[in-house]
Amino acid sequence: MTGTWHLIRLILRRDRVLLPLWLIILAALPASYAASYAELLPDDAARHQYAVTTAGTPSFESLLGPLFGDSTGALTAQRVGTVYAILALISLLTVIRHTRTEEDAGRRELIAATVVGRHAALSAALIVVTAANLLLALLITVTLAGSGLPAGGSLLLGLSMAVTGIVFAAVGALTAQLTENAGPARGLAIIVLGGAFLIRAAGDPADSWLSWLSPLAWGQQAQPYADEKWWALALPLALAAVLAAAAYRISVGRDVGAGVLPARLGPAGSASLASPFALAWRLQRGLLLGWSAGLGVAGLAVGGTASAVMDAFADNPQLADIMARLGGGASLADAFVAGLLGIMAIAVSAYGIQAALRMRAEETGLRAEPVLATATGRVPWALSHVLFAVLGPAVALLVLGVTLGISYGVSMGDVGGQLPRVIGAALVQLPAVAVLTGLSVALFGLLPRLSALAWGALGAFLLLGQIGAILQLDPLVLDVSPFTHTPRLPGGTLAATPVLTLSLIAALLIAAGLYGFRRRDIG
Amino acid sequence: MVSGLHKSFGRTHALNGLDLTVGTGEVHGFLGPNGSGKSTTIRVLLGLLKADAGTARLLGGDPWNDATALHRRLAYVPGDVTLWPNLSGGEVIDLLGRLRGGLNTRRRAELLERFDLDPRKKGRAYSKGNRQKVGLVAALASDVELLILDEPTSGLDPLMEEVFRECVQEEKRRGRTVLLSSHILAEVEQLCDRVSIIRNGQTVETGTLTDLRHLSRTSITADLASPVADLPDVHDLHVDGTRVRFQVDAEHLDAVLKHLSHAGVRSLVSQPPTLEELFKRHYETAARS
Repeated sequence: MTGTWHLIRLILRRDRVLLPLWLIILAALPASYAASYAELLPDDAARHQYAVTTAGTPSFESLLGPLFGDSTGALTAQRVGTVYAILALISLLTVIRHTRTEEDAGRRELIAATVVGRHAALSAALIVVTAANLLLALLITVTLAGSGLPAGGSLLLGLSMAVTGIVFAAVGALTAQLTENAGPARGLAIIVLGGAFLIRAAGDPADSWLSWLSPLAWGQQAQPYADEKWWALALPLALAAVLAAAAYRISVGRDVGAGVLPARLGPAGSASLASPFALAWRLQRGLLLGWSAGLGVAGLAVGGTASAVMDAFADNPQLADIMARLGGGASLADAFVAGLLGIMAIAVSAYGIQAALRMRAEETGLRAEPVLATATGRVPWALSHVLFAVLGPAVALLVLGVTLGISYGVSMGDVGGQLPRVIGAALVQLPAVAVLTGLSVALFGLLPRLSALAWGALGAFLLLGQIGAILQLDPLVLDVSPFTHTPRLPGGTLAATPVLTLSLIAALLIAAGLYGFRRRDIG
Repeated sequence: MVSGLHKSFGRTHALNGLDLTVGTGEVHGFLGPNGSGKSTTIRVLLGLLKADAGTARLLGGDPWNDATALHRRLAYVPGDVTLWPNLSGGEVIDLLGRLRGGLNTRRRAELLERFDLDPRKKGRAYSKGNRQKVGLVAALASDVELLILDEPTSGLDPLMEEVFRECVQEEKRRGRTVLLSSHILAEVEQLCDRVSIIRNGQTVETGTLTDLRHLSRTSITADLASPVADLPDVHDLHVDGTRVRFQVDAEHLDAVLKHLSHAGVRSLVSQPPTLEELFKRHYETAARS
């Protein structure tokens, strides 16, 4: 364990921006949910109605988790269901980034040759992530209790999140020992997280024992603000201890740089890799397939519940009003689908940004240089990535439209009628998504060092969309977000002007980015 | 090839009026201490960076405006070859070769054999030396007029270093031009027709190795019959009774020898300047300035 303290300081120094940032965001979310529930559902009757409705809507429980009780606290504890998954993801990625990524890059060797124990790197990463999770629990407890919720329940909610983060930090620690490289380690850990999410999503609506098999479910099964089961926190802690012990065991027994699972060989050559486009396909296809598959599954899962939502919400004008404000359409079911697509559009934009900023990653990783030193021009090189950043989201939205349309159509008993409507409604999201892609390309070409600002813009638009409608902000402020201008489909009217304007803005941003990229220095 | 080149990054002046001329068909050594501007010059020549001032001509074209056309006629190996983690070495060789406009498959196979490289490994699995080999095979298997090599042998073992030298000599026999940036003096001595030494973004010396040697100092150790108090125009003079040790520039050699014979020479050992001393001298002045 010698040297662990120094490595902890190294991690804190390297993550001095990232770590506080995600702590603040994740700490703010539960309190903001609690505040919006308190405002939207001020009295017991409204909350009770909402709770009954939710209990009758399996997709809600699939997506968010089980609802125990009808207090504001209990509603908040359900609503934060996705935050558990986000926290789990951040925790496992952070551990892998400070263990296997370091080793993969060869920096671990530099450290390992100094007076540093064999366990130090793994310990430092686990200690930092565990401490961060506990700090998060404290912040959540303080903000929730400060907003008037019971202190005991707030502490349990905070701790239930922290232990979930800690379990998945241990998952990351273990997969980081298994593979030789960081990419597969991340993939493996994310598969575990995805599996845990699916098991929970399948188990929760049925109130089945299945949920107890998922580490992601344990936090909510502690039932903060309801039948508080503090002992449920012991489960994730025990699993985390087992996983971490396994990680240490492997870590001690293996060589620095080696993994347990063998690295696979590739082909000895390739006849098809002969153009910048072919290279971009190789680099982008994983993203494209992953996003398309993920959105396809999401579409299937939620589309089927639209009619149930309609039934349940029909006799509650207040909730109907909320949905209408989010979705803005005529029929309630349509409004539900439109609202859903609006949220999906934000997710697809993340894909667009990711695909566009791959160019920056290629540049800073010095992999763009050898390609641009061949007869490949800068614009063709950039365009082959931009193509994926624009058309990739289009494909993903199309897949989403098809699966959502089919499942929605089936639940409404009208596939033939609903499928084209929903596909159209999904594709109409594309211009706003393309604006974010365009912004990323423009930043990459003109202000490459600030490329990551595209993520900041997406975060700001997300907040405007989520909180803006509820807080009833000035329309001028809401207009900044391209998503405000997307026609609310299905159900609303398709206005050509905003669609065309957004498309034009996206095209101009891309053109500006390419113009800048032709003229600037590489590197 | 390049004259009066300037390039700044923020407040750092990387290139400060650099001149470099590489003749067709020659192997030109490009030397200088770390951070002296070698890689920046090469990246300007590749059209990756735009020079702030000065002119650069490459194979008769402008490296910035005619980049794509010129790149068909050259191959480049960076000092630190980075590969795509999920592409195999063979795929990268084929990709870069094809993007350049073609690859000699027979030569590709021969080079893989000579460099003892397994092309099936993924980019992430290669060691530093093997990544360099991927870059070298991709460049050497292309039919191009000019090779731009930026410290290409970093990380190669001595046997592979030898293979690299053979390959460069073959390329030279084929009439290709090579710009070789290197710190390995034996490599430079064996391969290069001419060398340019730069420091702080300026060219300080250029010419054939013989020219440079001529410009440089000879080390002399002598036993004299009577002690000498002082010798004009010598460097690093050590006097120990009748024994003297010093270095002298070529143009003063004759005058100094006359001085010595005046004092009476019992024995005299003269050493021609080694390349190492030559470069050290240039590098040290770079460090001091």
